[in-house]
Amino acid sequence: MSYLLETNTLYKYYEKKKTPALNGLTLAIPQGRIIGLLGPNGSGKTTLIKLINGLLTPTSGSLTINGMPPGIESKSVISYLPERTCLQSSMRVSELVAFFADFYQDFSVEKAYRMLASLEIHPDARLKTLSKGAREKVQLILVMSRNARLYILDEPIAGVDPAARDYILKTIISNYQEDATILLSTHLISDIENILDDVILIKDGSILLYAPAEQIREQRGMSLDAYFREVFAC
Amino acid sequence: MGWKLDSDRPIYAQLLERIQMQIVSGHYPAGSKLPSVRELAAEAGVNPNTMQKAFSELERSALIQTQRTAGRFVTQDAVLICQLRQRLAREQSEQFFQSMQQLGYTQKEILLFLKTEFEEE
Repeated sequence: MSYLLETNTLYKYYEKKKTPALNGLTLAIPQGRIIGLLGPNGSGKTTLIKLINGLLTPTSGSLTINGMPPGIESKSVISYLPERTCLQSSMRVSELVAFFADFYQDFSVEKAYRMLASLEIHPDARLKTLSKGAREKVQLILVMSRNARLYILDEPIAGVDPAARDYILKTIISNYQEDATILLSTHLISDIENILDDVILIKDGSILLYAPAEQIREQRGMSLDAYFREVFAC
Repeated sequence: MGWKLDSDRPIYAQLLERIQMQIVSGHYPAGSKLPSVRELAAEAGVNPNTMQKAFSELERSALIQTQRTAGRFVTQDAVLICQLRQRLAREQSEQFFQSMQQLGYTQKEILLFLKTEFEEE
């Protein structure tokens, strides 16, 4: 089997810190899976995501996406939702859609407008006039309107109300290509656990567990949320 | 939105139970076409791979059949559906009897109880 994402003993030290953010992390992710990247605050989730997206470079170790090192080509196959917005808030939603369509060959304008309509977001609205939840929805719509190989969603539903969360999860399920993989980092485990194929638990910069979600339910007889609470009990 | 699922049990097993129930109850009658995996997964709020697993299990028990280009259909075999219905009914009544016995009812009392509770209607 060929892997979509492979990392090999990744280490990442930030300046002035003695303990590494990533501690020899090795991982191989296949295509066609929805994977939850779960871990407590400061466990290295976002560092890993930033390395995959080429926003940080590893201190040592290597990684490939679809066989390529992080770079322009890898970015053309990754659709990334950052934890913090990077969009110009004075832009109108329609301008953002045009911007993304211009930037990414695999972007579907039609898909974007369809999702905007069903979430009742007006294309003429400027980003800064929207509520926090609506802004997050716009970002997620932009990210999911691409036809990418790997979607990386860093905390995608945190600011969104529960009803819209359901809709967004539905959108995610029905919009990705079957051979694409979604890597989803979140603390809101109970909201997303039914859609996950696999779970990666990360702690102190290394992988604690990488297992199918159903296997955890079967073997432990508990929900992923309950299992997470047990593993990371303070 | 989504089906009501219990997240401390394997999801595919619950999907399986639910679809079996819908077939037995006639929501999906014998010989009828089922929605696609993706449609049903979106409706249930679960991963399409999980729904696929439930479907494979139903196929193995011959309750549904895949026709390569046309999609998935409920079996035409009414006997098979009837047998499943009886099996599910048996499971339900066993559970009921167990709960009643925990309340201290004897077998006789349970039957009497059912009679007086439900017969007048």
